[in-house]
Amino acid sequence: MTEQAERQGWMGLLARAPAAELKRLWQAAGGAEGFAWLRPPEVGTVMVRGRTGGTGAPFNLGEMTVTRCALRLESGAVGHAMVQGRDREKAEIAARVDAGMQGAGAAGLRAALLAPLAQAEAQRARLRAAKADATRVDFFTMVRGED
Amino acid sequence: MYVAVKGGEKAIDQAHDWLAEARRGDPSVAELSVAQIREQLALAVNRVMAEGSLFDPDLAALAIKQARGDLIEAIFLIRAYRTTLPRFAASRPLDTGAMRCDRRISATYKDLPGGQVLGPTFDYTHRLLDFALEAEGLDRPAVPAEADPCAMPRVTGFLDAEGLIQPEPPCEAVPGDLTRAPLELPAERALRLQALARGDEGFVLSMAYSTQRGYAKNHPFVAELRIGALAVEVEIPELGFAVEIGELELSECETVNQFTGSKSAPAQFTRGYGLVFGQSERKAISMALVDRALRWRELGEDWKGAPAQDEEFVLSHCDNIQATGFLEHIKLPHYVDFQSELELVRKLRRAAGAEVRAGAQADAQAAAE
Repeated sequence: MTEQAERQGWMGLLARAPAAELKRLWQAAGGAEGFAWLRPPEVGTVMVRGRTGGTGAPFNLGEMTVTRCALRLESGAVGHAMVQGRDREKAEIAARVDAGMQGAGAAGLRAALLAPLAQAEAQRARLRAAKADATRVDFFTMVRGED
Repeated sequence: MYVAVKGGEKAIDQAHDWLAEARRGDPSVAELSVAQIREQLALAVNRVMAEGSLFDPDLAALAIKQARGDLIEAIFLIRAYRTTLPRFAASRPLDTGAMRCDRRISATYKDLPGGQVLGPTFDYTHRLLDFALEAEGLDRPAVPAEADPCAMPRVTGFLDAEGLIQPEPPCEAVPGDLTRAPLELPAERALRLQALARGDEGFVLSMAYSTQRGYAKNHPFVAELRIGALAVEVEIPELGFAVEIGELELSECETVNQFTGSKSAPAQFTRGYGLVFGQSERKAISMALVDRALRWRELGEDWKGAPAQDEEFVLSHCDNIQATGFLEHIKLPHYVDFQSELELVRKLRRAAGAEVRAGAQADAQAAAE
C-alpha cells in the first residue's frame, strides 16, 4: 500500500468513527504530545454531489455539516482532519492522530486506536449485513389462471 | 404591500413564552430529548434533512423539537442555520453503486445478483394500529449472526450492458447550484434534480401521481430502489488527495420508462432518477417520476400541457420554504395596503351611488312628463 493510500485509510477511518468511541480510545491511549493550531476547528458544510442516473453528470444533492482543522505537533508533523458533524473535539483528535501516525508513535497509535476502530466498524457492517440478509426474499411468479 | 409596524413587543414576548410552554406540553409527562427524536422519529428527521438540504441528524432532531413537530417549520430552521455556515468544498460525486444496502428491491427483475432485500420496510404490514407499542419496554431481538456485506450491482447496468437503455456516461462538468445562483429557465437536468431533491415531499408526490393518472404518462417501472450507507469523499487541497469525511444514509430510485427511438437509432428504454438524503423511498420514487416527466423535450416527446412536464411550474412551486414564506406573509399587517383598497371601494360605491341617484331622478322625471 502506498503511503498516500495508508493515510487515506486512517483519515477515513477516523472520520467515520463514532465520536464517543474515538474519544474513549484516545483518552485510553494517552497521546499527550503538544501541538499548535495551524487552523483551529471550524464548522462548515460540504456540498454533496450525486450523479444523474447514478453514473452520469454530477448534480448538487444537498449539504452536510463538517468540522475541519489542521495542527502541527512539537515533533513537526502536520495533521489534518475534515470530519462529518459539528464535534470540534472529534476533529482535533482526528488531526492529532493523523499527525501522530506520521511519526515514531505510529505503531502504538495503530494498535491502541486504529485497529480497534477498524474492528468495531467491520463488526457493525457485518451485523448490519446479517440483518439485511435475513430480509432477503425470493419472489416466485405465479402462473395465472386465465388463458 | 407590506409596511413595517411598531409596538406589540410585550405581547410578542408573552406569545413566545406561551409557545415555549405549549412546546413542553404537560410537565407531568417526561420531556423528549433530541437523541430520542433522532433515534425514534428517524423518518421525520430524514425528511427535515432532505428538504432542509443539510445532512445532520442531531440538528434536524433539534429543529423538530423546537418546531413542536411542524416539519416545514423545522425545515425552515435548518435552511436558516445552513446559511450561517461557510462551505468548505463540494464532495466527489457519490458512487451509489457502492452503497452498503439495508434495502434493495427491483420491480423489473425477480432474480438478480445481490438479490432482493426488504430491509426495515412498512411494505407488507397490514396498516393496523399496533397497540403493543403503547406499552413501553420492547424486547430487543436477538443479535443475529454476522454476514459479509454483499455486492449489489446497479440494475440499470444490466440493461445498459445490452444497450437497451439510454446510457448515462460519466462526465465531470461542474453542476449549477440553486443555492448560489437564481434559477433560470430552461434549467439543466442537474438543477432540476437539485430542486427536486430538496423539494416538498407532498408536492413531488402529487406531481408524480399525476403522471401515473395520465397527465404526461410515461409508464415507469422501478428498476431499482436502494437504501443504505455510503461514504463521502472530499479532495483536501493541502494534501493533494481525497479522503472520506463520513457516511450518509441515502435512498435512490431508478425507473425504466418507455422507449425512445428514431430512424437512425433503435428503440431504447429511458430513465428517471431520484436520490434523497435518508430513508425516504416515497420521495425517491416520486422524484424519479417527475425527473422523467420533465425530460420530455430532450427525449422528443410531445408537450401535453401536463403540470408535471412544465418545468417552470414544478421548479417554481416545489420548495416548501419559498411557498410557505410567501403564503404566510399575507397574515402579517397589511393595514396601509388594505386601507387604500377600502378607500377605493368606498369611492367606487359613492360614484356608483351618485349615478344610481341620477338615474332614478331621470326615470322619475321621464315618468312625470
